[in-house]
Amino acid sequence: MNLQYVGLKDINGPLVALEGVSGVAYDEIAKIRLDDGTERIGRVVELEGDRAILQVFEGTNGISLKNTKTIFSGKPLEIPLASEMLGRVFNGAGKPVDGLGAVFPEKMGDVNGQSLNPVARQYPRNYIHTGISSIDALMTLIRGQKLPIFSGSGLSHNKLAVQIAKQARITGDDDASQSRTAGDFAIVFAAMGVQNDVANYFRRSFEETGAIERVCMFLNLSSDPIIERLLTPLCALTAAEYLAFEKNMHILVIMTDMTSYAEALREFSSSKGEIPGRKGYPGYLYSNLAALYERAGVVEGSTGSVTQIPILTMPNDDITHPIPDLTAYITEGQIVFDRDLDQKGIYPGLSVLLSLSRLMKDGIGEGYTRDDHAAVSNQLFAAYAKVQDARSLASVIGEEELSDNDKAYMRFGVLFEEHFLHQGFDENRSIDETLDLGWDLLCALPKSELDRIDEKLLDEKYDPERAARFTGGSVEVKTDIANEL
Amino acid sequence: MNNTVYSINGPVVKAANTRDFSMLEMVYVGEKRLIGEVIGVTDEFTTIQVYENTAGLKIGEPIESTGAPVCANLGPGIISNIFDGIERPLRDMTKLNGVFVAEGNSLFSLDTEKKYDVTVTVKVGDKLCGGDIYCTCPETPLITHKCMVPPNVEGEVVFTAENGQYCVNDTIIKLKLIDGTELPLTMVQKWAIKKARPIAKRLAIKRPLITGQRVIDTIIPIAKGGAAAIPGGFGTGKTMTQHQLAKWCDADIIVYIGCGERGNEMTQVLEEFGELIDPKSNRPLTDRTVLIANTSNMPVAAREASIYTGITLAEYYRDMGYHIAIMADSTSRWAEALREISGRLEEMPAEEGFPAYLPSRLSEFYERAGYVENLNGTEGSVTIIGAVSPQGSDFSEPVTQNTKRFVRCFWALDKSLAYARHYPAIDWNSSYSEYIEDLSDFYNENVSPDFMSLRQEISNILQEETKLMEIVKLIGADVLPDDQKLTIETARVVRVGFLQQNAYHKDDTYVPLEKQRLMMKVIVDLYTRSLGALKNGVPLSDIMATGLFDKAVKIKYEVPNDELKRFDGYFKEIDEMIGGLTVTGGLL
Repeated sequence: MNLQYVGLKDINGPLVALEGVSGVAYDEIAKIRLDDGTERIGRVVELEGDRAILQVFEGTNGISLKNTKTIFSGKPLEIPLASEMLGRVFNGAGKPVDGLGAVFPEKMGDVNGQSLNPVARQYPRNYIHTGISSIDALMTLIRGQKLPIFSGSGLSHNKLAVQIAKQARITGDDDASQSRTAGDFAIVFAAMGVQNDVANYFRRSFEETGAIERVCMFLNLSSDPIIERLLTPLCALTAAEYLAFEKNMHILVIMTDMTSYAEALREFSSSKGEIPGRKGYPGYLYSNLAALYERAGVVEGSTGSVTQIPILTMPNDDITHPIPDLTAYITEGQIVFDRDLDQKGIYPGLSVLLSLSRLMKDGIGEGYTRDDHAAVSNQLFAAYAKVQDARSLASVIGEEELSDNDKAYMRFGVLFEEHFLHQGFDENRSIDETLDLGWDLLCALPKSELDRIDEKLLDEKYDPERAARFTGGSVEVKTDIANEL
Repeated sequence: MNNTVYSINGPVVKAANTRDFSMLEMVYVGEKRLIGEVIGVTDEFTTIQVYENTAGLKIGEPIESTGAPVCANLGPGIISNIFDGIERPLRDMTKLNGVFVAEGNSLFSLDTEKKYDVTVTVKVGDKLCGGDIYCTCPETPLITHKCMVPPNVEGEVVFTAENGQYCVNDTIIKLKLIDGTELPLTMVQKWAIKKARPIAKRLAIKRPLITGQRVIDTIIPIAKGGAAAIPGGFGTGKTMTQHQLAKWCDADIIVYIGCGERGNEMTQVLEEFGELIDPKSNRPLTDRTVLIANTSNMPVAAREASIYTGITLAEYYRDMGYHIAIMADSTSRWAEALREISGRLEEMPAEEGFPAYLPSRLSEFYERAGYVENLNGTEGSVTIIGAVSPQGSDFSEPVTQNTKRFVRCFWALDKSLAYARHYPAIDWNSSYSEYIEDLSDFYNENVSPDFMSLRQEISNILQEETKLMEIVKLIGADVLPDDQKLTIETARVVRVGFLQQNAYHKDDTYVPLEKQRLMMKVIVDLYTRSLGALKNGVPLSDIMATGLFDKAVKIKYEVPNDELKRFDGYFKEIDEMIGGLTVTGGLL
């Protein structure tokens, strides 16, 4: 149907309304042609009788009630999909912006996606090596998982994301996957409402490390229209699903910043006049976020996987804010940044106690990482939790008054943060190095305190000498950090 | 008359100028025949919530009335199956639509081609009324399915089929109703999901749902036929706790509703329950489990329905005389679905955007739990265990607060316990169970007469510790007198050795009641003997030096569940070692 509708009924923020339309489908895409020859894309978000409400992706700047002609396409929003999307840069709506011309489509894909049938999912089990001790040992990333990074403004989440993207490797549990080349592993990067500098930082970092060839970028900068921001993750995930499930690749999707996305959704919702839920966010924020996050996974009939690392900045560092709160209810764990650690110069300054990987328990241990992994990580968690108790007690009664045990924990806490959590931007630690380092640190505690480890394993590994290398060296390490700062 | 779509807003569709629809009627919307439910009727508009994605739907597409409410199909083939929120079989859907859930398929819930080995239990001339069983067949090796006359039907048997192999839609008997018409009964009946199935009467609650989880069974027990809520922020282990209960509790059948939660969790349940062997029956747990999966990215209206579908299936099996436990994970997502639909209807919101009818919906749901006498005289129960995901981990939010009013058992999961990896992270201070009094007779008669008094001692120690910790936080533990230090040490044993339970340890994942009692007894014994020794002047450091406290912590791993005789050794050791101390103290 090639009917053109001339003019609009009203305009409200990014929304325009038309009257007298017929045969229009919900969620359909329309082209809005302006009199100056430019064209914008809109999507039907509400239909009532002969009235249709469209959201305009590029914004409504310059649109009047008279200067438009609208043509409905009869189709939902589709983007061209192809293997050659890797190495390319697109805008939030999936249009190439790197000057290399259009992608020749192998297939057109509906960006809305469909929900995966839980029966067709495979439970994710294989771990992804990131080379970052705190993540690999304590909050292990699993292939097909969605593990967000909760950060705050000014913390080093972008640096961490680049380091993960750079170092991430798949380690297989069987021969077939071990022989996989790097070509099977790729990154889809979606930037939503990030500053130009940040987008450039990512692009430059990917170029410098040579990773750019296996990265597909979707960029929506903070100055770009908000409706396009709502499309950015949809386009990115559609590309990721295509590469993973039809091209059998392992795709890591990095999405930053989910907070900007949620704010765009709130802006859109309020201009639509919807009843707000908590903090003004629409009541369907949970469902909306879930529709994105649940697009991670491993499915039957394909050897590929989609793993997501969404990054969000917690407004005012508040983890109970609706965005991190709802995210963590959907995702399989969270990696949380700690401002205090960051200020101490620890990189990556992750809050071990607040962070969690739900899928870790089934993807570590013998056959995946190392048989003592679970024991080491449990004990490190438990010990570090006691460090916090000792510290809060010390802040009340003074460090001198602490019992010997508590003093041992105070020492352990410092060593753990400086040696285990802290690592260089170019330092890629193997899982063996990480776990051995964990053992070395645990040996700084009295043997009787290691109550989460099996006696036999403890007898085999425990040796106070192992911790000796830290006691002499801790002063030097401190200067190292100072230098880096 | 042609009824057509007038407006579309997400899952809410309206039809104009029609009087053909009734409230809660099921309808087919559009060319794709999406399934929907009428949720509002006015002079001008009929409002319909659609259980499927409405993308691509157009104004003017037809809406077809069915004349019946949204119903569940009840018959053999439900157990071990996995359904979506409106009881469509997800396994069959993958054969039809591949890995994604597609719209508009009206797959029948049950396998219509599978033959069951049917035994007819009535004969021609029998007078039957609602609830009476007319045939049985083995549904899984664990569950015998009993087909019952639908409630509100009464008549005389005029035809019975021979015993033998039948499909679910074959006619098994025919009833001559009072008005003279003949009603053929197959093995399937339909029941509206939003209506509770009738019962003869409610019975008093008297038996616990035994879960093998120490903190639940002894400290905060749940009764068969009761309702419990598990509120907890993210990462506190709600799902883990529900999985443990689903695996180990002594219900006959588990209905597990994944309501707006993660897809991978449902996959995990599917995989794990297929592999795990129930020690009592030596069969995989799937043989007694039904899964309802409406993950967070599936259509929101079907999420609302999934809770009702789940409880209707449970009530159906209860009517056969089984004990059912429902795990609803999570009721907050269900409440959010209500809020989302309510927002689209532009209803006046109450607290935090939730509709004003949230409390009444919650109470309707939890009141469908109960220990009952069925229409056919058998006894059965439905126990509801609902997870609540409070926004921002704040228990004062509307869903938690309103749920609290309608459940009598409250297992509050605590963030700081979870951070310390104390699992299950049920906080003993803020959790409670009003069933304790109803159940104390059962424990005292069936486990041991000292069970409830031991339990009280353990609670006292924990309460005393909570008080003392206030002081310790301010001035450190060193300044406390020895008897208070002893309380703190004993409480540590209770927390680490008794309340903490390791779901991944082969013995600790399920602990029989007798072992729970003996563990309590060891701790209480150790405490009273040590207290006695302290009074005789023995310093606490000597008592601690015996290593008995650390030993008590490890009982859970050291004593296998089938070798409870080993406890004798512990009692003897306590007697000898602490007793020995008294003598030395006395000599000095």
